[in-house]
Amino acid sequence: MTALDTQAPAATPARTEPLTRRSWKAPIAFGVLGLAALVLFGLLGKSGEDTTFVISTDNDWVQIGPVSVPSKATAILLGVLMLLLAAYAAWRAWNRQPLGRWVGALFGVLWVLSFLAWAVAGKSMSLVGLLQGSLILAVPLAFGAMGGLLNERAGVVNIAIEGQLLTGAFGAAVVASVTHSVYAGLIAAPVAGLVIGSLLALFTVKYRVNQIIVGVVLNVFAVGLTSFLFSSVLKPNAATLNSPPRMPVIDIPVLSGIPIIGPVLFRQTLLVYLLYVAVVVITIALFRTRWGLRVRAVGEHPLAADTVGIDVQATRWRNVLLGSMVAGLGGAFFTIGSVGAFSQEMTAGKGYIALAAMILGRWTPVGALAAALLFGFSDKLQQVLGVLQTPVPNQFMLMLPYLVTIVAVAGLVGRVRGPAAAGEPYVKE
Amino acid sequence: MSDEIVGEKASPTSGMPEPEKAKAAEDRGERALREIVSGDIGVSVLAFVLALLIGGLLIAFTNPDVTAAAHYFFAKPMDTLTAAWNAVWDAYAAMFRGAVYNGQADTFQKAIRPLTETMTVATPLIIAALGVAVGFRAGLFNIGAQGQIILGATVGGYIGFTYSLPAGVHLLLALLGGVLGGAIWAGIAGVLKARTGAHEVIVTIMLNYVALYLLAYLLTTDKFTRAGSNQPTSPGVKETAQLPLLLGDWSRLHAGFIVAILASIFVWWLMTRSVLGFRFRAVGSNPHASRTAGIGIPTTIVLVMLVSGALAGLAGGVHILGTEHQLTGGIAGSLGFDAITVALLGRSRPLGIFFAGLLYGGLNVGGRVMEAATGTPIDIVLVIQALVVLFIAAPPLVRAIFRLPTPRTAVAKGAAA
Amino acid sequence: MKLELRGITKSFGPLVANDHIDLVIEPGEIHALLGENGAGKSTLMNVLFGLYDADSGEILLDDEPRTFTGPRDALAAGIGMVHQHFMLVPVFTVAENVMLGHESTKPGGVGMLDLDVARQRVRELADRFGFELDPDAVVEDLPVGVQQRVEIVKALARDAKVLILDEPTAVLTPQETDELIGIMRQLKESGTSIVFITHKLREVRAVADRITVIRRGAVVGSASPEASETDLASMMVGRAVSLSLGKTPAVPGETTVQVKDLTVLDANGTAVVDGVSFELAKGEILTLAGVQGNGQTELCEALLGLERPAAGSVLLEGRELVGLSPRQVLDAGVGFVPEDRSVDGLVGDFSVAENLVLDLVATKQFSRGGALDLAAIRKNADHRIEEYDIRTQSATQAAGRLSGGNQQKVVLARELSRPLKLFIASQPTRGVDVGSIEFLHRRIVAERDGGTPVLIVSTELDEVVELADRIAVMYRGRLVGIVPSDTPRDVLGLMMAGVPHDEAIAHAAAHPTEAGNE
Repeated sequence: MTALDTQAPAATPARTEPLTRRSWKAPIAFGVLGLAALVLFGLLGKSGEDTTFVISTDNDWVQIGPVSVPSKATAILLGVLMLLLAAYAAWRAWNRQPLGRWVGALFGVLWVLSFLAWAVAGKSMSLVGLLQGSLILAVPLAFGAMGGLLNERAGVVNIAIEGQLLTGAFGAAVVASVTHSVYAGLIAAPVAGLVIGSLLALFTVKYRVNQIIVGVVLNVFAVGLTSFLFSSVLKPNAATLNSPPRMPVIDIPVLSGIPIIGPVLFRQTLLVYLLYVAVVVITIALFRTRWGLRVRAVGEHPLAADTVGIDVQATRWRNVLLGSMVAGLGGAFFTIGSVGAFSQEMTAGKGYIALAAMILGRWTPVGALAAALLFGFSDKLQQVLGVLQTPVPNQFMLMLPYLVTIVAVAGLVGRVRGPAAAGEPYVKE
Repeated sequence: MSDEIVGEKASPTSGMPEPEKAKAAEDRGERALREIVSGDIGVSVLAFVLALLIGGLLIAFTNPDVTAAAHYFFAKPMDTLTAAWNAVWDAYAAMFRGAVYNGQADTFQKAIRPLTETMTVATPLIIAALGVAVGFRAGLFNIGAQGQIILGATVGGYIGFTYSLPAGVHLLLALLGGVLGGAIWAGIAGVLKARTGAHEVIVTIMLNYVALYLLAYLLTTDKFTRAGSNQPTSPGVKETAQLPLLLGDWSRLHAGFIVAILASIFVWWLMTRSVLGFRFRAVGSNPHASRTAGIGIPTTIVLVMLVSGALAGLAGGVHILGTEHQLTGGIAGSLGFDAITVALLGRSRPLGIFFAGLLYGGLNVGGRVMEAATGTPIDIVLVIQALVVLFIAAPPLVRAIFRLPTPRTAVAKGAAA
Repeated sequence: MKLELRGITKSFGPLVANDHIDLVIEPGEIHALLGENGAGKSTLMNVLFGLYDADSGEILLDDEPRTFTGPRDALAAGIGMVHQHFMLVPVFTVAENVMLGHESTKPGGVGMLDLDVARQRVRELADRFGFELDPDAVVEDLPVGVQQRVEIVKALARDAKVLILDEPTAVLTPQETDELIGIMRQLKESGTSIVFITHKLREVRAVADRITVIRRGAVVGSASPEASETDLASMMVGRAVSLSLGKTPAVPGETTVQVKDLTVLDANGTAVVDGVSFELAKGEILTLAGVQGNGQTELCEALLGLERPAAGSVLLEGRELVGLSPRQVLDAGVGFVPEDRSVDGLVGDFSVAENLVLDLVATKQFSRGGALDLAAIRKNADHRIEEYDIRTQSATQAAGRLSGGNQQKVVLARELSRPLKLFIASQPTRGVDVGSIEFLHRRIVAERDGGTPVLIVSTELDEVVELADRIAVMYRGRLVGIVPSDTPRDVLGLMMAGVPHDEAIAHAAAHPTEAGNE
């Protein structure tokens, strides 16, 4: 009880109901996109054709036959549903009530389905394969994003994820090739990522160079180094140095038989299972342990952390190295996790997409995974549709993941706040 | 990374300390030498030397002769060392021959042709780097020079090979087209950042890939296909739109080099003498104070990106109208990323960029000759370039490696209570 | 625990912030470290706390020399610090902030946080000193005064034997200051020594056992709390100081500024400025009093056009300012000195000359068709440097290198260098040395005498009373009242806590504060 409470007369009360502005962004976006889908995919679609979705795989408990739907009618129906969602969003906006996230997610699913109904008209496509492939392609993105957030949560911006993925891929390929062991490759990948990570830490934490620039330059360095070594050492000795075994698919008994989600989640390579573990471990570590609290303190307010005795520079060093190892591990995907041999610049910008996934996922592992899945899905979709020879020219499909990233960073994200002190070197007098 | 518009304090150039006069206990000559070597220029030169050294090590270790001799290193160590020395010397000598002066040539023209080649290759690099630098000084990281160059080359090239116009006009319009293409492409990122806070690093990089695929698509369309060819190549740029050669047929040096000089002067004037440049620098240094002083941040962001992209687009236009003369999928090569490292090396100042561009142009040209003559992959040039920038950005590291003293720094920020 | 500092010297380049300082703090004493802004008090405490390394000198605890390589050592030795700018992580909860650095973990060795222990500790300590603190509240959502309590609890949770309080009352009303004084006395009784850093004479005399005065980095002497304010002030500044401005009464002209029902909402939709209305006439100074964080900042931002108000209007000579951009507001004749000069007022890397034309660069005076008129800019700089006695090596020196007082002079010089229809200054002398304070106050009054309406926002009650022709008090976004400039401080203090004027008068008469009136 303060002296003021008992003795002084009461202060005039503050206003109780908050005044908010109506936000029309979501309903308008939904309305426009829904209308576009209705018209382009539904009304203008070819009539008389069916789209077939294959849902089951051989080992499922329950076999669900392929689902065939009339293309045009389905697209029109989905379009109408989307417009209903838009109307709902408008009603919520009018009443100044917030819109649940589920609306956006549902809208996205409907939109994609209607697009598929149109694009795959007259042909068939495996839905399970699509989802399985999305997760696979999301692996390097998710690892990269988690590596990135380990760095940024401690206050160091990491643009060099691309370089870490690339060196990780390189290291995994070479070591696995030489030792004929995928597992050795899996260990080599994080170590390779560490090469870039230690340079990043050295220049940003110790020498306080601008973090974004160091990241960009390190990517150039990684490309140069791996390409150089590829041309001078790997190509002439491809048999010994660049023919790694590929990771086998490990089928988890029982769980992999669940219809639809079984094959997607439980019939994957070890790398994917490591991803699940990583997401859980990093989430717990970052938000429930003493280590995590200190890391986050350093990333938000390094001076405050310093004043309670936390060693800011050491924390940043450790996290940069740790993050680079996680990202490096993700790099193993490109070689031993899929095609096997290393080729120049094979990461093709995935590191930057991982960065976007990190932001979209609000610097949390679970969020990063979800965002990575979104991007992985668009990537896989592009591949599947490319094979099916859909009406859209191939080059535009190749653009798709990158366009999705732009839309995500610009539209869906809004103004997010990253760790407050990320990007600034910590200087002690 | 914060997506908010404000709050980005970017100084891509780490501040160089000003050397103060040391106590007069030592010989003045010695002192002067020490100051020079540990000052700005000294560190830059040493950074370059260091990068070459590390590059040399890589070349040596991966050279087949060296690896062969290394097998019996302990029996005859000199063989390995000689092989290493030869490998590095041959590589760098070839680079020099290809970039600066060919002592083996029989005519004067052939001897200095490498230098003119360096200048030619440096031309689009310098212009694009100027664009990137304008961004840096305003606190924006335009990593999209690659895509902007592609757009610039595409639009400029299109005007160049589609229309028939009188000589000077055609060239000017084509160049203008390049400027517009690059400006618009960068402008997209600028508008997105200004309105939604989307981080320009990601958006510009994504747009690079979009531009690449867009070009690939366009090359499959009729307007962009050369008659009678089954390769994705565009028709040739008409003579009236090509940049004239400056030295005659024996060298590729073209009027684009003049454009590069003019662009450097323009950017110098813009950043130091114009109201717009003042605003750009203010926003880059302190967006909060700029806002309170009435400088509109969103407008400035868009303007910066437009100018930055315009220069990159100009570089693309100059590239296609000066040397390439036709549009292919790989027209931009690695110009976009090289431009970023050139901008960093030149510390975002026009004069520095001009010379850094020449240096990088030389490394690229020399690298090609080196690859042809000695088989050393040209990617080593990327490694050297990246290392130079890293070392330049961290003078204390270079000093530590060469055991140089730190020049006494100027007064630190006031820390009074 | 006896704490002694012997011969502490700390320099930053050529600037000697602490010059062979000797200080002895006896156990269980409240020792005030008095000095004006820039004297070196905080530097000294940062050295003690291990944040800076002293160039020479030693620290002795109970007569034993100790070295502190970092805050960790100081904390382990029993020294705690409540910083002037809070060292709290805004997105963490109270409990997380309090436990940071010495977290309790659950058994198992993995390091899982045990938040319940921290919550318990927070409640314990808060109860002991008689205030309410919710351990799970997120710090950035708390009002500033409560945040300070979190800082205090954080320091106390580590069983500090010596507690350093760095300018703690900057964010408190006189009544809250009284409460803080009560807490300090309780701590003293339980054996904790307190070092109380301040530049406020009133408080020092109210609570200190001994006073050490620091000026320009050196100790100039000690005093007892019985010394008069004028004596203390003279010791602080080094010359006779008149504590009052001696300003002539205002001659207000016509009313040209009308603010009506101005309302600004924050991101959550709460009104941080709630229906504020006031008027301002030519040739008068209206000071806006209130504890930091009651909406003054947002009010200023709304006036300048940096924030869009949700409702209300601002008329300047009949012209509506709401909805205009900052550029347009400045062009309409408004001069604005922001409260945080290093962040919002100056571009540190730019030269003094460039800063002096920061918002005027596009005008015909300093530019011709898009190109800067460097000669005119230079000439302007020379003129202003002389007029405002700005101490700088040259007009081309980076503004960030100037002292606080000189930086503030640059900002004021810039704003007052053109004819104004309204002059707004927020915290015009925060962190500024006494000499510059006098100069700036005189300059502001001169502007008023020239016929400009002036609005001064200040959390320093002394300044509010000094400059005002009329005083407006803000609390939780609302104007509690507009009162004449001779209103007693205790009344103002209560109004700053939300009590309406009439009740405040009645209550203050019955309950005078120690740190309040003379």
